[in-house]
Amino acid sequence: MTAPLHEPTAEAAPSAAEEAAVVSADAKAVQGRSLGRIAWERLKRDKLALTGGVVVLVLIVIALLAPVITNLVGQDPDAYHENLIDPLFGTPTGSLGGISGDHLLGIEPVNGRDIFARILYGAQISLLVGFLSAVVAVILGTVLGILAGFFGGWVDSAISRVMDGLLAFPQLLFIIALVSVMPNEMLGLSGTGVRVFVMILVIGFFGWPYIGRVVRGQTLSLREREYVEAARSLGAGRFYILFKELLPNLVAPIIVYTTMMIPTNILTEAALSFLGVGVKPPTASWGQMLSNAIDYYDSDPMYMVVPGVAIFITVLAFNLFGDGVRDALDPKGSR
Amino acid sequence: MTTQRTSGRRKQAMAAAAVVAALLTTAACGGGKDSDGSKNGAAGFDAANNKVAQASLAKKGGTLRFGGAQDADSWDTTRGYYGFAWNFMRYYSRQLVTNKTEPGKEGAKLTPDLATGLAKVSDGGKTYTYTLRDGITWEDGKPITSKDIKYGIERVWAQDVLSGGPTYLKDFLDPDGKYQGPYKDKAADHLGLKAIDTPDDKTIVFHLPKANADFEEVLALTSASPVRQDQDTKSKYSLHPFSSGPYKFESYNPGKDLTLVRNTNWKQSSDPVRKAYPDKITIKFFSNANDLDQRLINGDIDLDINQTGMSPQGRTAALKQHKANLDNPVSGYIRYAVFPQSVKPFDNIHCRNAVIYGADHVSLQTARGGPVAGGDIGTNMLPPSVPGSEGQKYDPFELAGANKTGNAAKAKEELKACGQPNGFKTTIAVRNNKPVEVATAQSLQASLKKIGITADIDQYDGSQTTGIIGSPSNVKKKGYGVIIMGWGPDFPTVQGFGLPLWDSKYILQSGNNNYALIKDKAIDGLFNDYVNTLDEAKKTQIATQINHKVMEGGYYLPFVFEKFINWRGDRLANVYTTDAYSGQYDFVNLGLKSAK
Repeated sequence: MTAPLHEPTAEAAPSAAEEAAVVSADAKAVQGRSLGRIAWERLKRDKLALTGGVVVLVLIVIALLAPVITNLVGQDPDAYHENLIDPLFGTPTGSLGGISGDHLLGIEPVNGRDIFARILYGAQISLLVGFLSAVVAVILGTVLGILAGFFGGWVDSAISRVMDGLLAFPQLLFIIALVSVMPNEMLGLSGTGVRVFVMILVIGFFGWPYIGRVVRGQTLSLREREYVEAARSLGAGRFYILFKELLPNLVAPIIVYTTMMIPTNILTEAALSFLGVGVKPPTASWGQMLSNAIDYYDSDPMYMVVPGVAIFITVLAFNLFGDGVRDALDPKGSR
Repeated sequence: MTTQRTSGRRKQAMAAAAVVAALLTTAACGGGKDSDGSKNGAAGFDAANNKVAQASLAKKGGTLRFGGAQDADSWDTTRGYYGFAWNFMRYYSRQLVTNKTEPGKEGAKLTPDLATGLAKVSDGGKTYTYTLRDGITWEDGKPITSKDIKYGIERVWAQDVLSGGPTYLKDFLDPDGKYQGPYKDKAADHLGLKAIDTPDDKTIVFHLPKANADFEEVLALTSASPVRQDQDTKSKYSLHPFSSGPYKFESYNPGKDLTLVRNTNWKQSSDPVRKAYPDKITIKFFSNANDLDQRLINGDIDLDINQTGMSPQGRTAALKQHKANLDNPVSGYIRYAVFPQSVKPFDNIHCRNAVIYGADHVSLQTARGGPVAGGDIGTNMLPPSVPGSEGQKYDPFELAGANKTGNAAKAKEELKACGQPNGFKTTIAVRNNKPVEVATAQSLQASLKKIGITADIDQYDGSQTTGIIGSPSNVKKKGYGVIIMGWGPDFPTVQGFGLPLWDSKYILQSGNNNYALIKDKAIDGLFNDYVNTLDEAKKTQIATQINHKVMEGGYYLPFVFEKFINWRGDRLANVYTTDAYSGQYDFVNLGLKSAK
């Protein structure tokens, strides 16, 4: 099983290059395991991280299948159920915020929309913004970080100063200002589409320096390594070295930072929606539900608890998983 | 109209009785706070709504404690525009005529104050003559003269220095703006306004270039209060207005607190209106409405100066535990959606009607807070406190009747007639700082979806209303087909409520309030008839006609005739709501049950 499978990978798969450079080729042959495999073995032993990973997977499935699941329980996230609302107080008539067989997590005060359905649809927005803004940040951060680290000199100074500037920039205030001057329709998107697009871009844009700095640091140390020297002496071009030699060795830290960045982005999205510059009604979003719940924390506490718990679980799961991935990929890390 | 009023009152009385009974039972088993409440003698739910609660318990003396989440825009009588500020100004200012200190509808009527009687009107409604009472004095004991009144009114012209207040006096007396205002006045006594004569210290004569049936209403606004020239500190006057009423400023820290003490030079014999029960009146301002409600419930303060109703949190607590301390008056405001005709397809009446029929009115009412905290379903555009209003009896679209939860079939018919059988796309504009309005926007959005109208909600900065929805060109540019707003009367007549909303002359490029851009000759004509009519019954009739014309145009989708939940502290006596100030308690004659 080892030999035929392994030999071409040793040549072609650059993902093992870092490990290969450190661990001798002999040891590799004996162990017969790639870096990914080693990491996976380590991750499997970390029960906490695994639980986090499973929760994340479940959340992704739930978000993707939100329309299907809500259809199954027979609820529409935008349908009003005012017959279940006490007209005097505007709160659900049932106990615990109107939790019942029909409404698994209760209903919203005033309009009686099903909270379960809205939480599922809210997961779509949270994860979409969380993931895509992380992708934007990773692409920008990796490219600019690697350029800064590799070329040094004025390129490095310029990019580093931009990163310092962005890290000091009040991004919440910026996005609030930006959203209020944004047109209602652009690039074929309208309403919520525009808002999501803007949120992804802005959160991603302000997030890249975090990754950029790490990549730059790693590149600085990697570019002096022997294998880079070797490639250079063989006449490899700059971009070949950048993307074929260096980048594969940066994959581990990038993955780690991405998993750590997603929960932060989810929280930022929630904060923006809380402040009223997130998605537009009637699109469901956790942050918006929390913000609406403020007026009812006393009379209908469940309305605040449910989206709060959803955000808490999501962020916790991503963080646990991210920690696990970091430990698995970088056992030398200081933890 | 009268019968409806009575039956409404009877219903309220029955409701109050039922509530009191319920309260007594809960108090009996629950004890605690409730039994404390009844010991202190709260008068019962709705006990002060359109009637006087506990008048006989009012004693002279004590400190009346107001609390508020919002300071007045200005305490200068010329500059304030908040209703509660006008209400409060009666403590330290007097006018030629003022609103009666009586509950409900009666409170909207006028009674002489500084003058010996209502105006002697002559010259076809263009000349108003008043004689001043004896014994009327300033806070330093000097007599109030007709010249002081003229000077106080002239200040309205100085909009460059004293902006913010109502300008009706200027519009009625000097529509062309010929007078420059007292600060630019070349005359030695700064009394150059030609429209007002003061032949002697006791007589004042107003000459209107054009008759206006509501002129005396405008004289009853606090912006017609006297101001003495040697005490006029111009833009600083709001920090210490010089008192002509029973109380004077002791201290004022804007946004923090205000204290009034007795004006020892005011004589009860000179004032038929004000009772002046408490010795001292304080206002404390809080930054947080929930904090304020909590203090009301705890009894640290007696009533809310802002008189806009309790916030959802405090309201729920109060309704559950202290119902006897609450009143549920009609505020005089109508909450509504309006359709700018400049935005397609709302230039077509059938598309406007489609929205009116398609909306779920019960859902909109619930979004406003339900029948108690939100109000009755609005069926037309004249608030119940305005003479000529028919309340829910006039319901051309059957919004509170058959089409209560929306009539999709009828809406589809209208859409077909409009040439948009499959519906259309539009944008709802709503202030972002009013959660209740955002909730109504969402409700409207949800019910419009059912008839094929896709509405996007645009939440704009609520402090920028004048520039955003008040600018017709911006409304058109942004495609605001539906604007969610509310409006209350400055003074309780159809002119005081509807002129800026419905008259074509009031379509402005900025600060516009005629959002629907109504240009209807019939409506303009009726307003013209109204101002020239001196007969009360005729005036009422014209008001009704104007309301009908507006509704027939399908410009408005009324949500509710707004009601609110108002807290009445245990210590208060002689409490009643008045239509003069949109269902607020009449501040000026509030008393305390104990002088402590």
